[in-house]
Amino acid sequence: MGNRVAVIGIGQTKHAAVRGDVSLAGLLREAVFRALEDAHLTINDIDAIVIGKAPDFFEGIMMPEGFLAEAIGAVGKPLLRVHTAGSVGGSTAIVAASHVQAGVAERVLTIAWEQQSCSEAMWALSFPIPFQQQLVAGAGGYFAPFIREYMRRSNAPDDIGILVALKDRLNALKNPYAHLHEPDITYDSVKESFMLWEPIRYSETCPSSDGAIAMVLAGEAAAEASAAASGVRPAWITGTSMRSEPATANGRDQVSPDAGKDCAADVYRQAGITNPRAEIDVVEMYVPFSWYEPMWLENLGFCDEGEGWKLTEQGVTQLDGDLPVNCSGGVLSTNPIGASGMLRFGEAAMQVRGTAGEHQIDGVRTALGQAYGGAAQFFAMWTLASEKP
Amino acid sequence: MTAATSASFQRAPRDVAIVSVAQSRHERAIVDRNEVELIQPVIQQALEQVGVQKGEIDFTCSGSSDYLAGQAFSFVMTLDAVGAWPPIAESHVEMDGAWALYEAWVKIQSGHADTALIYSYGKSSPGDLPHVLSRQLDPYYYQPLWPDAVALAGIQARQMLDAGKITPERMAEIAFVSREAARTNPNAQLQGSAPVAELLAADYLSDPLRRHDCAPISDGGVAVVLAAGDRAKRWADRPAWIRGIDHRIDSHNFGARDLTVAPSAALAAANAGVAFDKVDVAELHAPFTPQHQLLVDALGLGDDVSVNPSGGALAANPMMAAGLIRLGEVANRIMSGEVDRGVAHATSGHLLQQNLVAVLEGA
Repeated sequence: MGNRVAVIGIGQTKHAAVRGDVSLAGLLREAVFRALEDAHLTINDIDAIVIGKAPDFFEGIMMPEGFLAEAIGAVGKPLLRVHTAGSVGGSTAIVAASHVQAGVAERVLTIAWEQQSCSEAMWALSFPIPFQQQLVAGAGGYFAPFIREYMRRSNAPDDIGILVALKDRLNALKNPYAHLHEPDITYDSVKESFMLWEPIRYSETCPSSDGAIAMVLAGEAAAEASAAASGVRPAWITGTSMRSEPATANGRDQVSPDAGKDCAADVYRQAGITNPRAEIDVVEMYVPFSWYEPMWLENLGFCDEGEGWKLTEQGVTQLDGDLPVNCSGGVLSTNPIGASGMLRFGEAAMQVRGTAGEHQIDGVRTALGQAYGGAAQFFAMWTLASEKP
Repeated sequence: MTAATSASFQRAPRDVAIVSVAQSRHERAIVDRNEVELIQPVIQQALEQVGVQKGEIDFTCSGSSDYLAGQAFSFVMTLDAVGAWPPIAESHVEMDGAWALYEAWVKIQSGHADTALIYSYGKSSPGDLPHVLSRQLDPYYYQPLWPDAVALAGIQARQMLDAGKITPERMAEIAFVSREAARTNPNAQLQGSAPVAELLAADYLSDPLRRHDCAPISDGGVAVVLAAGDRAKRWADRPAWIRGIDHRIDSHNFGARDLTVAPSAALAAANAGVAFDKVDVAELHAPFTPQHQLLVDALGLGDDVSVNPSGGALAANPMMAAGLIRLGEVANRIMSGEVDRGVAHATSGHLLQQNLVAVLEGA
């Protein structure tokens, strides 16, 4: 819809539990300047900036983009701040893309970040009574019952989560920016890690990270000019979609939410994808707890309900499988919450551009980026193609 | 840069209009309703005015602040006011609702939607607002000093006075005119004013600002419906067409900025095309009287423009909503046929750091 738009530059920080070597502004600039360099542009070429992060309480700064405006080169430009819970990184990229599709900007810089070392995210996500049930501690405590329900419905073996965690952490060893690099990880070490929220073990849980990602999105002429300068092909955005549903509603299925199914259907329709399993080469999806890989494989329509765990078990989602999932190591290896969605979108774009380095899959023509947030109620997705639509 | 030098104004490809506006009555403290209960009837009224069910809206976008709510992800609960079931296409900005409207306008321009519901709300009453807003500052250099929002505005007012751009008498006159105008605004929190001489005899709140120079602390919300092309014409007899809209930001480094000007407001006004034709009415989001004068100058508004006939933010200033309310107030005057062309302004951050300007027309 609207004008064509492509990803022409991607930059991310080295993610870590504490990035104590840089200020907050410095953290963002690390990502911003890498993205601009990748696009062979300077900040002067940028028409508008769209920025996203998760709750302001994580760093203790209300609407921090105002203070950051100068550091990210926004002075004199439009600066829009998106906040849609955990899906925010994806939503932010989609809002940025809509600026180009609408024709209000030719080159847009989009940034997503979190500096989780400033606070304790688990307790920030544990809402006081009466907002949530007693004894729900952190997002894992919230999602564990839905994972158990998935296991019950699908009759999945109870080690599928271990396989996902092992795969993603091994993939992360090929991603120099990933937060967790655990070369000694094994099936047994994951299995023996302590149980946090049954059935979620410590090693099946995302870390808490400081980090940022930035992307440059551009219209057709600017994208082709940038590709000529850099020698790297643009990742053309062929579909974008966002869907939301309430945290609680009668009949709502929190294991495979309607909002996720609707969002996938919308983005596939835009991209002309009728058989996602056959037509999508690589997926970056938001898996903060290992079991969400098989759950999202089903929600995204890559297989029938109850079959997602089989794809994981058969190795389909490994780097050498026919549907690699989270080649970057995913959220299980890197989780600056506000940035995690855009990292999925950006890593998917890197695969299409052929710039993913050691975790690059050969010959990627179509990729999907997915992010979710809240009580599995906010979804953002985009599809990318190596060929201009 | 002044508005008259604009060369970058381009009319957007799709005609998009505000077709419905609803507001709460703004109060110092709404204690009998939470945020969901506050905004739900406002949203319902905005939809009913155009005879639309929520399922007929293509895109929903809201604006609010977790810091006001005292709760991470506070907007998640407020989604219940929309009834997002079955699922909807929806987004949220941690900004004034005017920027939510901008996101929705871009979405419609991109062809992804033909209609949009925008809402925003803020309850400042649970906290100490001037100090809460100090958390919006640079965390390394400003936050540790806990400068409150009124004290910061006082520094700007002092610079305006020293530069000869305003006088205490003019400040009092702006307050008097705004709150007298608010007598006809049923949603206003402050209606009517003591005479200027009496205002000037009052003690300072934060020298050189007196209480009358400051917006009240308000709880309230607003909802707006946008529609494109023929849909807008079906939903409203006289849609308020958005003929230009732009937003820009200035530096946060107050010590390095000339606080008597707002380059981002002037640039947004130029890009929105304010100077391209006669302006009948303007609604400016100016929480302090010197900012009112600063914005009149930045937008190049002449003496013939009716400024803030609603009373503006000086009569009611619900955080995160007061900017979108300015768009709504101008739209209402166009939809009623009272005026043909109006300018709406919204601000975000301290000391007019970030500004949005829209031009609305009846034809």
